[in-house]
Amino acid sequence: MLLTRKAEFSASHVCANPAWSEARNREVYGANANPNGHGHNYVLEVTIEGEPDPVTGMVFDLRELKEILNEEVVEPMDHRFLNKEVAPFDRIVPTTENVAIEIWKRLDGRIGRDGVTLRNVRLYETGDLFVDYGGAA
Amino acid sequence: MKLTRRYRFSASHRLDTPALSAEQNRRLYGKCNNPYGHGHDYVLDVTVAGSPDESGQIVGREALDALVAERILTRFDHRNLNADIAELSGVVATTESLAVVIERVLQDRWPLEAKLDRVRISETERNIFELEAK
Repeated sequence: MLLTRKAEFSASHVCANPAWSEARNREVYGANANPNGHGHNYVLEVTIEGEPDPVTGMVFDLRELKEILNEEVVEPMDHRFLNKEVAPFDRIVPTTENVAIEIWKRLDGRIGRDGVTLRNVRLYETGDLFVDYGGAA
Repeated sequence: MKLTRRYRFSASHRLDTPALSAEQNRRLYGKCNNPYGHGHDYVLDVTVAGSPDESGQIVGREALDALVAERILTRFDHRNLNADIAELSGVVATTESLAVVIERVLQDRWPLEAKLDRVRISETERNIFELEAK
């Protein structure tokens, strides 16, 4: 059975590779490369897979899941400038793809346990753009 | 990894098949068979699959937007699907048919590094059609 929990955070970012010229960054990332950054209301959907526990009837304790999402994602990233305040985005361009991969890395070790696996991280940057990441292929 | 981008276009259509009588068409398609057609604000989700390149993206947003705009939005937006879209002539302009045409038009000489994974079209918020790319 799949269980999906949603969380939101708002953050600013700049998409630019410091090794590239300003012109190259503008060509690749468009307005996302504007040097002082801009922001999004990110929406995160975390899907985990498991069977309901025969005693509790739950795949995963939703209170614990909420706490994990808060500790690993919402508290560190909400109302932050990702490039300046959230590692590893001082070194890695915080594209939606890279933010989703980072969220997966933060959550996988805390959610995975006997009979429970992290299945998918879906990250909406806007209502019109999202990525799905299911771990390294 | 997959990336999905949402687009919108508005178009009119009428459901009617020459294989059936006027009365049978009316019974089968109901209001969708009304003679002068009607329209929808279609929502098109295009999903591509791949791995992030050195830019940290599996696809450049501008390249994907330009492709969908050129091949789909400029051709389908504010058009009559039955009359204006050559690929739909001779088929009933259901959203199923539209999904098949859009997948085919995008997949043909697909120019991007990331693969086309699927298209998903909603005719209204209640009717949604999804097709895996071939």
